[in-house]
Amino acid sequence: MAQPMPLQKSMRANEMVLGGFFAVFALFWLYVASKTTEGAYAFHAYLFVLGSIIAMVAVFKRYLARPAEPVPQEINGLPNYEFGPVKVASVMAMFWGVAGFLVGDIIAWQLAFPVLNLDLPWTSFGRMRPLHTSAVIFAFGGNVLLASSFYVVQRTCRARIAGDLAPWFVILGYNFFILIAGTGYLLGITQGKEYAEPEWYADLWLTIVWVVYFLVFLFTVVKRKEPHIYVANWFYIAFILTIAVLHLGNNATVPVSIFSSKSVIVWGGVQDAMFQWWYGHNAVGFFLTAGFLAIMYYFVPKRANRPVYSYRLSIIHFWALIFLYIWAGPHHLHYTALPDWAQTLGMTFSIMLWMPSWGGMINGLMTLSGAWDKLRTDPVLRMMVVSVAFYGMSTFEGPLMSIKAVNSLSHYTDWTVGHVHSGALGWVGYVSFGALYCLFPWLWNKRQLYSLRLVNWHFWISTLGIVLYISAMWVSGIMQGLMWRAYTALGYLEYSFVETVEAMHPYYVIRATGGLMFVAGSLIMAYNLWMTVRSKELALPASSGAAQPVAA
Amino acid sequence: MTDTSHSAPKKSLWERHKIFETNVFVLVLGALLVVSIGGLVEILPLFYLKSTIEKVEGMRPYTPLELAGRSIYVREGCYNCHSQMIRPMRDEVERYGPYSLAAESMYDHPFQWGSKRTGPDLARVGGKYSDEWQRAHLVDPRSVVPASIMPGYPYLEERELDLDAAIAEMKTHSVVGVPYTDDMKANALADLKAQVNPDDANSEALLKRYPKALVRNFDGKDKLTEADAVIAYLQVLGTLVDFKLYDEKANRR
Repeated sequence: MAQPMPLQKSMRANEMVLGGFFAVFALFWLYVASKTTEGAYAFHAYLFVLGSIIAMVAVFKRYLARPAEPVPQEINGLPNYEFGPVKVASVMAMFWGVAGFLVGDIIAWQLAFPVLNLDLPWTSFGRMRPLHTSAVIFAFGGNVLLASSFYVVQRTCRARIAGDLAPWFVILGYNFFILIAGTGYLLGITQGKEYAEPEWYADLWLTIVWVVYFLVFLFTVVKRKEPHIYVANWFYIAFILTIAVLHLGNNATVPVSIFSSKSVIVWGGVQDAMFQWWYGHNAVGFFLTAGFLAIMYYFVPKRANRPVYSYRLSIIHFWALIFLYIWAGPHHLHYTALPDWAQTLGMTFSIMLWMPSWGGMINGLMTLSGAWDKLRTDPVLRMMVVSVAFYGMSTFEGPLMSIKAVNSLSHYTDWTVGHVHSGALGWVGYVSFGALYCLFPWLWNKRQLYSLRLVNWHFWISTLGIVLYISAMWVSGIMQGLMWRAYTALGYLEYSFVETVEAMHPYYVIRATGGLMFVAGSLIMAYNLWMTVRSKELALPASSGAAQPVAA
Repeated sequence: MTDTSHSAPKKSLWERHKIFETNVFVLVLGALLVVSIGGLVEILPLFYLKSTIEKVEGMRPYTPLELAGRSIYVREGCYNCHSQMIRPMRDEVERYGPYSLAAESMYDHPFQWGSKRTGPDLARVGGKYSDEWQRAHLVDPRSVVPASIMPGYPYLEERELDLDAAIAEMKTHSVVGVPYTDDMKANALADLKAQVNPDDANSEALLKRYPKALVRNFDGKDKLTEADAVIAYLQVLGTLVDFKLYDEKANRR
């Protein structure tokens, strides 16, 4: 496409629209800040103003620096991938990961030694716990999903990502949402729904970011050069789509006013409970499972250099998983005031869910057929394979705990906490670590990681940490459940509540120690990745990055 | 029978699946349809099946003070460690009282059933302890329960309650369907003040609007504090439905 003469550089429509949007946005939040009587909300309003101004400047500076011609979609017949946003999300993932694990460990120590709450509003367990859960799920997990999805969709479609500013808007906008949510919890801004604590204005902002995310992903798939949509992308699409539906359903709130951070949810009581766990369980099902299965379906075959074990199994896995998962929510409400028919449905589908979950596990593990020896030599692959094993374990434990008789013992106890963490630390954590260990050398054009020995150290320290964590929680959870229902020979309850709390102490110390090891592992990882990026000896010649062939 | 072997060979299901693998819009629609079914089946009936919420005597919306206390309970994340949902098992009913009914949380936006009992269930904590015990426990839990691992909340009794915010929030609750009458909304400020002052001329009117409301100076301080609101909320939890009159058989689900 030879141009007759050089293009006159002018602002494109997207630059003007985005710049204009942020200008209006800054003014709006300035107005809110001037009117509100809540200090914490004013602080957030000023953050929005500041963020908008920075965004405007960034758009303008980018305009000044860019060439007049549109970015070429291909260079020398090879796709001209855009990995800038992927790099930012990868770095943010590592940052939020360490921060989120650390906060988790702090609150674990608080449960063992309550004096660590400091009796201050901002440091008490009740405000720190949402900070931990949001930081690990949405900040760490979310950035891993953003980074990997934007990488995988380009590679498997052999196409540059759709949109020019849009991918940047998604990554930076999402991390801004995290900032608002996290600081809000510490300042006491919460709507009090587990895993959906951010208030109405943060929710609305996330909605905008998420819609743009969906469109970017969708239109990258649309302009693909491959005839088939790769299986990882099905899982990413199901994840993005369903999270949008869940987010809208569970956050249907009426703000008290635009000058107040508070809002009131339109659902109440039993209906709100059902909405909450429809959301809550599928945040697990679609954010922490479908999204990370997409990672498994790309990174495991890529790292093992083998094709996915069974294509047909992946088709069954996909449809069965997304259909069954959505029903499982009521198992969080066994024996509550939720009608029995809903509880029974929840239990039934949770048990059925075991099958597609293990189908996915088998598909992941068997991908290593003929490459099992790599487990010995490649600690990154080992990490991902162990993550799939943890996935298998927690997707067996989950259906078990969803059986009403088992749930009557496990519910409200640490067994649930242990179950969540075998999935979160073992499955989500390890598959994310594996993906990041792969991504950093690929993105920064390095031959390999700085040190595989350090990956080994990370693997063993954190594996030991996870084992300590989940075994402590099994013992304390089952013990507490049994103590609550223990009777003396005379027919009286044997233990007062606080006696059961006292009995937990040693296990809380063991758990917090396990958590500390997991944090230590993540610090080793951060160091290793940092050194990988910095290393000059590991650098590859500049061109070979774009030419890397695609698996599958 | 006619011979059909000459017609086009039947496509296998695997081949038919190709449309999902090659057309992203079909994939999106298919996934959307598949993930919608479970939620619709489980959620929608809860809004129209009359048996979902039991018929009981005594449930009323929270007083403005109780509601403000509830907001602070939510703000501090109490639900992270305390459930408000007693399950129908022998040990729970003996430990905490009659099992919780859906009707008892029908005015709760959001619900506070919780998911973890790091501390005990609070669904029926109302009236179990004195106001002074609750105050001391909030300031320093270990002063009354030496083995407690709860954080202390000494600042609650030092902070004055934001009355404007409490009233605004009550009005928003009425927008989402909590049956606050015009009378209740018009007198919200008077009710807030009357509930902590038994000598207040309005306390009788308050009791008429909100039967079984407790009227007293909850934290013993002159000011209307956040601790007043939290204790008023805790002391009303689980006390509104009279279980001597509750007809279990009529509400069997």
